[in-house]
Amino acid sequence: MITAERKPLEEIIAYVRPFDRILLVGCNECVTVCAAGGRKEVGILSSALQMAFLKQGKNLQVKEHTLERQCDPEYVEELSSMIDGADAVLSMACGCGVQEVARRYRDKPVFPAVNTTFMGASERQGVWAERCQGCGDCLLGITGGICPIARCSKQLLNGPCGGSTHGKCEISPDVDCAWQLIWDRLKALGLENRYEEIIPAKDWRTGRGGGPRKIIREDLAE
Amino acid sequence: MKPFEPVIVAFCCHYCAYTAADMAGSQRRCYPPNVRIVRVPCSGKVDTIHILKAFEKGADGIYVAGCLDGDCHFKNGNIRASRRVASVKGLLDEIGIGGERLEMVKISAGMGDRFADIAEQMTEKIRKLGPNPIHAARTAA
Amino acid sequence: MKTDSVLEKVLSSGKLAVTSECGPPRGAAVDKVKKKAEMLKGVVDAVNVTDNQTAMVRMSSFAAGVFLRQMDLHPILQMVTRDRNRLAMQADIIGAYAHGINTMLCLSGDHPHFGDHPTAANVHDIDSIQFIQMVRQMRDEGTFQGGAEIDQPPKMFIGAAANPFADPFELRVARLAKKVAAGVDFIQTQCIYNLDKFEQWMEGVCARGLHEKCPILAGITPMKSAGMARYMKNKVPGMDVPQELVDRMAGVPKEKQAEEGIKICVESMQRLKEVKGVAGFHIMAIEWEQKVSEIVEKAGLLPRPTV
Repeated sequence: MITAERKPLEEIIAYVRPFDRILLVGCNECVTVCAAGGRKEVGILSSALQMAFLKQGKNLQVKEHTLERQCDPEYVEELSSMIDGADAVLSMACGCGVQEVARRYRDKPVFPAVNTTFMGASERQGVWAERCQGCGDCLLGITGGICPIARCSKQLLNGPCGGSTHGKCEISPDVDCAWQLIWDRLKALGLENRYEEIIPAKDWRTGRGGGPRKIIREDLAE
Repeated sequence: MKPFEPVIVAFCCHYCAYTAADMAGSQRRCYPPNVRIVRVPCSGKVDTIHILKAFEKGADGIYVAGCLDGDCHFKNGNIRASRRVASVKGLLDEIGIGGERLEMVKISAGMGDRFADIAEQMTEKIRKLGPNPIHAARTAA
Repeated sequence: MKTDSVLEKVLSSGKLAVTSECGPPRGAAVDKVKKKAEMLKGVVDAVNVTDNQTAMVRMSSFAAGVFLRQMDLHPILQMVTRDRNRLAMQADIIGAYAHGINTMLCLSGDHPHFGDHPTAANVHDIDSIQFIQMVRQMRDEGTFQGGAEIDQPPKMFIGAAANPFADPFELRVARLAKKVAAGVDFIQTQCIYNLDKFEQWMEGVCARGLHEKCPILAGITPMKSAGMARYMKNKVPGMDVPQELVDRMAGVPKEKQAEEGIKICVESMQRLKEVKGVAGFHIMAIEWEQKVSEIVEKAGLLPRPTV
């Protein structure tokens, strides 16, 4: 999923300060799962903002609404009945949701209330960790199901470097050495000899190196 | 002018603090009438939004009272409540209400005296801190 | 001979090679480069010039290397994949070669986390093994990494690093084998303090015949004090300093510790000379370049051969 974290309240307050009526929009997808911008967090932020402004003598009106999916035009359309009642939109979705709202409601200021962080998985309750950088040319089939681009601090395709100690990365004892994980998995699969195949320099065009990316499915696109 | 009498909301777990409040009563132990008890099935059931709404509606201080460590009827509800309270304290600081207006306390069902002591201490503390600034702003507005 | 590198000539003569290093200054203080270089003249065969080592900005390896070249020393251009993409790397390689630098060391580099620009973007367009492949392709095929032909290709003698002490130990020989397969010409190892473990690694290297394809220079760093020994043991990632070495340093009075450090270093070199596969030494005397000649002399490696 896409993970996010709420921005500091101070930053959000600075965005919202010039306005009296805010439409606070959450999203039921990824940001709900990572407890950053679902219905619950919308309620909490709404309450927090209203109190913060009230303390400064201002009555901020907040309309709360959580969409099924904020990165999809069909759902974003739902806001059309509420948009006129708001001076600005505060979005708790990932950057995709924020931009979709901005695209659809051109004359309405839209502000992000969360920092979109990474594509990751839940390691345990309340802990998420990065797993994928969306390079556009997946290597997991040859690296034992562990991504060296997302999980090696130096994104070495032929690791590990000389800083791997007791299975941990040199940058922090809290970070696993991706290449230790890869090696352990290759061994578990009986694929040790695969290690010595050199992975060639990557073609980054499928990633951000090729500029903004787009997928067009001929069978689906209208 | 009337002296400030704080409104304190105590979210009390049914299995411990709520019974302790009862115990204080049957022991004829007095405690300040400022404390409004809200019975909850477990301290872990108290969500961030409950705490915020209580402050929004004018509470001057809040505490969440759960079981002693290791005694939670639902295994770890009190531990979760402690962590949640710590995080909401941070949010209250950000809002400008002040995290010190919120506390997590742990009480067993038999501790009638402790319940009364905490009610007194919390009332005194909030009395010193003064009214919830939100409440004051709302009244002024 | 693949190149005009003096290091290649010394190594192929079968004599033990000696290299050392020069960390460029954190500013335009050319005098500092020249002073350090002067101390190494006639003492070593080639001098590594580090590239933003420990992720701190310094005068570029290329520029400092040119000063060394002008002093008739033989610089080894160090380059890390952290700071440059493949375009910038190839451009600097051609430039350095045009200035008479014909030996280089391909590294991934310390993470910016450790340096004085922790907010910098990490490039890592390619890794150290792909880097070796790229320089080899430039030299042997005369083409850029992207495939286009090079007008006068750089003939670099290609080095790389190996750390026998990092984890997982069982991969340390295999990773060297990958570097050899990528086309590396020589290896300089991480500083060796745990000689038993180094010998164990070397046995694995020789068992696969890797030492015959690629000479290995044993990394040596003299310790100035017991404090430095402790620091290296506890704080430097990928470093293996046995406790008895720390104790030995701590066991002599403070004013004699530097001398003891040199003694340990020379003893290590004497033992390493006998280890099958060791083709020379890389002496990294960090901000202690004045001691290199003494170490090389005491290890019986002077005078340096003329090739």
